Amino acid sequence: MSQDQKTALSLYDHLPTFITDDPPSLTSEQRMALLARYYPDYRPEGKTTLRVGPNKGNVVPEEIANILETRSRLLHPEKIERPVEPDIEVDLLIVGGGGAGITAALFAKETGASVLLATKLRIGDSNTVMAEGGIQVALGDDDSPAQHLKDAYRGGHFTGDPELLSVLVKEGPEVISWLVRKGVLFDRDAHGSLALRKGGGTTRPRLISAKDYTGLELVRVLKEDLLNSGIPLWEFSPAVELLEGPDGSCAGAVLLDVDSGKLKWVKARSVLLSTGGTGRLHIGGFATSNHFGATGDGLGMAYRMGSPLLHMESFQYHPTGVIYPSEMAGMLITEAVRGAGARLYNKEGKRFVNELETRDIVASAIIRECSEGRGVRTPAGHFGVYLDLAAIDRDMGEGTVARRFPNILKLMSKHDVDCSTHPILVYPTLHYQNGGISADKEGRTPIKHLYVAGETTGGLHGKNRLMGNSLLEVLVFGHRVGLAAAREGMSRKPFSWQEVGFGHVKRFERELDSEFHGVERPEGPLLFPDYRRKTSGDNA
Amino acid sequence: MFKYEKPDNARMIKVGINGKDWSVPEGLTMIQAMWYTGHEVIHGIGCLGGVCGACAAVYRMPGDFHLHNALACQTLVRENMAFSLIPSFPSQRADYKIEAIADTKEELFKLYPESATCRNCNACTEVCPQGIDVRDAVWRSVFGDFKGVTEETMSCVMCGLCVSRCIAEMAPHEIALYARRAYGSQELKFPDNLLHRMEKIQSGDFDVELSRLLSLSPEMLKSECEAK
Repeated sequence: MSQDQKTALSLYDHLPTFITDDPPSLTSEQRMALLARYYPDYRPEGKTTLRVGPNKGNVVPEEIANILETRSRLLHPEKIERPVEPDIEVDLLIVGGGGAGITAALFAKETGASVLLATKLRIGDSNTVMAEGGIQVALGDDDSPAQHLKDAYRGGHFTGDPELLSVLVKEGPEVISWLVRKGVLFDRDAHGSLALRKGGGTTRPRLISAKDYTGLELVRVLKEDLLNSGIPLWEFSPAVELLEGPDGSCAGAVLLDVDSGKLKWVKARSVLLSTGGTGRLHIGGFATSNHFGATGDGLGMAYRMGSPLLHMESFQYHPTGVIYPSEMAGMLITEAVRGAGARLYNKEGKRFVNELETRDIVASAIIRECSEGRGVRTPAGHFGVYLDLAAIDRDMGEGTVARRFPNILKLMSKHDVDCSTHPILVYPTLHYQNGGISADKEGRTPIKHLYVAGETTGGLHGKNRLMGNSLLEVLVFGHRVGLAAAREGMSRKPFSWQEVGFGHVKRFERELDSEFHGVERPEGPLLFPDYRRKTSGDNA
Repeated sequence: MFKYEKPDNARMIKVGINGKDWSVPEGLTMIQAMWYTGHEVIHGIGCLGGVCGACAAVYRMPGDFHLHNALACQTLVRENMAFSLIPSFPSQRADYKIEAIADTKEELFKLYPESATCRNCNACTEVCPQGIDVRDAVWRSVFGDFKGVTEETMSCVMCGLCVSRCIAEMAPHEIALYARRAYGSQELKFPDNLLHRMEKIQSGDFDVELSRLLSLSPEMLKSECEAK
């Protein structure tokens, strides 16, 4: 047993007595004050003002500025020799093979369009596959799409886009039916209906799930259909630059084959960016629950082309990321455990927030406890609070944790923590990019023939997202945008390869030169986070 | 860049990575040990959360003839462990459209005829990093107990390690995926609550209320949404 684990046991030897009394309830004013003081989005440190591009003047985290105000990875694009012909020509290029990209590809194919799906790692590698908790869809007798909209709008502190939300809530059931017919195994109730559970910030039970493997179950099925669809798939081939066509439109992209190092030139009549979120930027030094590839590549490429972003100062720090054992830092413990009755306790064994408040409120309350000396110190010097799942088995019967949350139990047990009897130490983890590229109901950006879907978009959720609305988003908008982008690509006026180029990159580089004269800027897109130790190795 | 902190005063241990010996602090996962020693990992990395199946690995411990398997993002390195990643293992996958199959049990033998050739060696079960009884799931598939397969294999991350060991050369994870889809798509009744909600949406039952909400001023919408 390692030193780390021994310390853990001693840490567990000195657990406080957990006092189950209800925490103080909060008024609206108290909630806003808590957010203003502790939520990372509202803290002044680590922020900067954008100096170039469509969002010039906006204040965003430095890590975001570092993927937006970037030099092209192609360096001097005007000097790069464009091949005589593109490597491939398609109606629709989809960049990013997560939930939104795969869904879009499957529906786009049905229109008869020629589609290419390119992705940075393997198909399905994305934040979608990691989603544990479920999908919100208004199915209960006491529920309706309108009620769903109200909850989502309130949950986003009235900053979400009601029109986009109305699409989300209304088209949810249809896309869930599509999945059920494909054999996606959502949990059922005793009558064979989809079992509905309650998530934070909602007024009705509305979460459907596949145990705590919801994203995995979706991706396993959709990935198989994609592989059987005949749609060309280029894996390990991230986009590194968009191509500009007539009148500032989007006309394709340059991809990088990461194994050969060669560039692949794609002429496309429509381009859909479904490149996902930004957790791997570790904004504010937070750990993240995100996939290895979540570096916001689409944001930078779209921004360079002049596509405005919304709410790029707004991120979701999921309240319950593992903070100990340290090698698991950032890994998510689903909010569904709190829905099922798990409790949060500080070092003194007191509850300090209603566990079913929205994610930002719970996260702020945990940060408050830790910054005011009521957090538990881990051997690596981090602070966290206790998340007690044992309460679930006490309230709902022995074995509930094992039945409902087998994945959490399995993962924690690999690190010698039995979370059905012992609390988990948690601290907020960077989980979701609330903002992103601005688009309409069909995913259209202001750049003609450039479309977006999934986490890389902004507007829908506003400044906070409720659990289960992002899986619904990738499905509903993957469907809509896939169809629109394919149809509008097919009906586009023909243009020649000679009309395609890097005009937008040159314009952006000039802007960078004038604003940052002499100051070096990073290259973008980042593509991969680098955790390698920079000093020389210890070859034994 | 954020760092996965090594524990205070971690002891240095010897590990073999892709056949070369290195010294790394105790308390790191296999992937973190690769980063620590300067390896760039692109193939063989994914969610870093134990669900995507990208980081299958094989390892041995000294003095032990057993060959072990694991997910590299979830497995801590130990003194004298020797490991390598198996980022991808080739496997055969059937081409089908689950909604269109008339007899899913019979079809299994057309799509995956090798599924009936299991020789009960149990290597697939022993290799599974998720602890699934893979051998049993294969037999349940063959006998048409797709519900049983579903219950047994929900945690499958499709890493393909079972394929690497199967002496009958089948792909148990693909067979189980087929069985689960057949069960969900054809054996389970289409959910009533979803069916009824679809009917109501198609007949426009919710349109008036949604349009009304969208017609409200931001202030009115806010005050209406504030009431829980």
